[in-house]
Amino acid sequence: MRRLSLGSWLYLAVIVAVASAIIAIAPTGTADKTWWKYYAALAALFLICASTPIPLAARQSAWSPSSAATLAAVVVLHGGFGAAMVGASAVLTLRRQVPIYERLFNGAMYAIAGYAAGVAFLAVSKEPHPFTAHMLQATEIGSPHGLHRTLFVAFGVAALVHVLVNHGLLWGMLLLDRRSRAAAPRGESPAALPMLLAYDILFAGLGLVIAALWPVMHYYAAAVVLVPLSVARWAMGQFAEQQRAHAATLAALCQAVETKDFYTRGHSDRVSRGAGMIARQIKMPSNRIEAVRFAGMLHDVGKLGVPTKVLQKDGALTEEEYAAIQLHPMRGLEIVGEIGFLNEALTGIMHHHERMDGRGYPMGFAGDEIPVFAKIIAVADAFDSMTSTRSYRMARTNEDAVAELRKSAGSQFDPKIVEAFVSALEREQWKGQEPALPREYEILTSQDHDDPISPLRVIESR
Amino acid sequence: MATAARQSRYRDGEVAVRPAAHRWQALQSVDTARLLLLGSTAILVAACVPQLVHIGQSSQAAIAFGLFIAFGELLRLSLPGGREAAPIAMTAALALAMALTIAPAHHLPRISGAQVVAVAALGMALGALPHIAAGRPAGGTGMSARLVAVALVAFIFRPLARMIWLSHPWYVAFGVMAALATLAWLLETVIIAIIRAEDLRARYSVTLADELRVQWRLGLAVGISAIITVFGATVMGLDELAVFAGPLFVIQLAFRRYAGIRATYLQTVRALAQVTEVAGYVDSGHSRRVSKVALAVGRELGMSERDLLKLEYAALMHDIGQLSLVDPIPAGATVDVGPAKTRSIAEFGAEVIGQTGVLDEVASIVRFQWLPYRGHSVRPPLSSRIIRVVNAFDDQVADSSDRDRIAAALANIRSRMDYEYDPAVVSALATVTNRLPVSRL
Repeated sequence: MRRLSLGSWLYLAVIVAVASAIIAIAPTGTADKTWWKYYAALAALFLICASTPIPLAARQSAWSPSSAATLAAVVVLHGGFGAAMVGASAVLTLRRQVPIYERLFNGAMYAIAGYAAGVAFLAVSKEPHPFTAHMLQATEIGSPHGLHRTLFVAFGVAALVHVLVNHGLLWGMLLLDRRSRAAAPRGESPAALPMLLAYDILFAGLGLVIAALWPVMHYYAAAVVLVPLSVARWAMGQFAEQQRAHAATLAALCQAVETKDFYTRGHSDRVSRGAGMIARQIKMPSNRIEAVRFAGMLHDVGKLGVPTKVLQKDGALTEEEYAAIQLHPMRGLEIVGEIGFLNEALTGIMHHHERMDGRGYPMGFAGDEIPVFAKIIAVADAFDSMTSTRSYRMARTNEDAVAELRKSAGSQFDPKIVEAFVSALEREQWKGQEPALPREYEILTSQDHDDPISPLRVIESR
Repeated sequence: MATAARQSRYRDGEVAVRPAAHRWQALQSVDTARLLLLGSTAILVAACVPQLVHIGQSSQAAIAFGLFIAFGELLRLSLPGGREAAPIAMTAALALAMALTIAPAHHLPRISGAQVVAVAALGMALGALPHIAAGRPAGGTGMSARLVAVALVAFIFRPLARMIWLSHPWYVAFGVMAALATLAWLLETVIIAIIRAEDLRARYSVTLADELRVQWRLGLAVGISAIITVFGATVMGLDELAVFAGPLFVIQLAFRRYAGIRATYLQTVRALAQVTEVAGYVDSGHSRRVSKVALAVGRELGMSERDLLKLEYAALMHDIGQLSLVDPIPAGATVDVGPAKTRSIAEFGAEVIGQTGVLDEVASIVRFQWLPYRGHSVRPPLSSRIIRVVNAFDDQVADSSDRDRIAAALANIRSRMDYEYDPAVVSALATVTNRLPVSRL
């Protein structure tokens, strides 16, 4: 169990106190004796939704449609108390390994959000009696009753209040929590917030739909709504599973490419991680972080197109051989160019050997002509090369490698990216090459095209 | 593009001198089931649309539902396996077909079955326009199948509507609607399965089983959502459509993302399977050709879609094990090296694929591709046998469409059939390659 800071504990205590006070003092709204059945059905719907959150993207955040149940309670149970009770049921979430303070916080947060939504709903609609009665009238053939427009307006306001209170309280906690821990929080990341908000607002309507089914179906409405929700949940589960499978397949195939060469084994994986560290440090949005990690993973895939004997050659290269090595970013592009989702990652693969002074390859781009993905990969690539053992030298220490990066900043690397990497290194640990001796049958390259300390030797032809 | 191609063919005189019988054959290859479906839908729509003049005071409902159907058609969904669905459009159309009352409810809706069909058809057409404008396929087949299913529900439900409402508890109406939605889903699925069987040259029973398995969840969500829409509209009126649109959109988004990652996955495997080609281990285009022919052979043998996907992955990656070789085999022809080497290549490939942790079955297909059909205590899985045969075929034929070369390769394979190759697979390969040249599979 991770520790919370004092500020977070205080915040949690205040929120739990407010939520308890609301539940203790608030008027119950409906005097109907059957209300607890309705409450139980909506709380069950809430719990089922909240217990199976939908992962939005790998390692980022999860979303659940549970607020639809709270918003339905606002209409069905007429006001804040029922909604607060439904929200408070989040304490009982069926997810395993949820620490007690997280349960308390979620329960209190949803209770306050539900209560606020209920109060807003009543204030706008100014209706003394539950809407379900009007709704029942509306279903009868021959009845001239339609629903008054204020219901829709009031519900819209309630939904907005719910979203705002929910995200506001959550943000407070995340801010306090983040200050107490160095690494980014595991829960909601800021990049995912607009998407979460959009989902919540789009999905709010389901609360009103549930409420509309209520006068006809009573608490079965909760069960009926659960059917399309669970189908969507299945699709998102499949999505997450396929996404993991995809990443694993990509990694395995990249590893296969590296099997040819003992010393570069694990290189793509480490460059991918390093590129991710830099991207996080310069605060890229999460989808671009993901993309730059893919680019790092695939950056040397084109090396397969370089004949093994050139890679293995001990001694200076002829110009043709050097040209063959210089071709590898383009070869890589040839292989992965058709993979649609890579988009920007392709620029990283193609230009990762450009230099700031324009003396790199394949295009000889300089300065800001070089795509940022390529600059990131260039730094991670060189650092991993220097801190790995090669047949012609031992691994450098991280400090030496950093010094070397700084020395080449400006000429070879972008100084901003180098500094971002250095700060990221202080924050996160670098897991370098595992020291091991090559087995007998393995191929050993005697030069490394990524190594800025000992560049490839090329024989000038006359 | 299309006109340019046609013109150039005219210049070559190819089309002009084509004998009449040939042209007739070409026309026949446009499958009959699709023509029948499109034709009958056209007649249905032509008969129903004029009924719209009698719509009278229900015009508001017709317009609202029509727009909702168009919205759903606009958000059409591509699903794995080259399928297309429009779940939101189908939800709205089914809801219109089964609408009981729409608040404020003075009466049962006066929209007749024919009018439902007309509104759905116009809505779908409106939603398809942006797709056509963007150069995407119009999707006439899918729309026709949906429309026929909606028509079935609309015509059956109208007479029932008055009987099941009012005098009975709500679950009677719910049950009738659920039964009708199921019926509609079955009809749509059967139609699509027939057309897929013709398109893919697969067995009808196999495509039907595939369709049922792939589509039942989405069908369930659509059916229940339609019923929710019906009950919601009896209370909220047409505003219900606007309120429900958001949740339906988010639910569909889940399917869109799932379909997207499936497509990406396939793309990645296809692209990375080329590494052996770029490295010079195998002939350029080998993996892609082997996977295409293997798929056709697998279909000919009646394999299900799930097994075909594994076969496709395995076929694409069957040579990945060659990366363990220091030097490429000359011309990449794995048939020409000794069995020990073939075996170690296969096993290394399986090891690589097994490392993903998710493609175990694909790994075992790749592992056993070196095993001859007979002579070992283990019989290799069907997919491995297919890859073994197709790989041998491609090593001899490559991308040539020369009939003599194909025949020679088949004869060569047949001569070693009883021991090395599975006779059933070989005869399926002969059927497949006889039907179409490899480049057009």
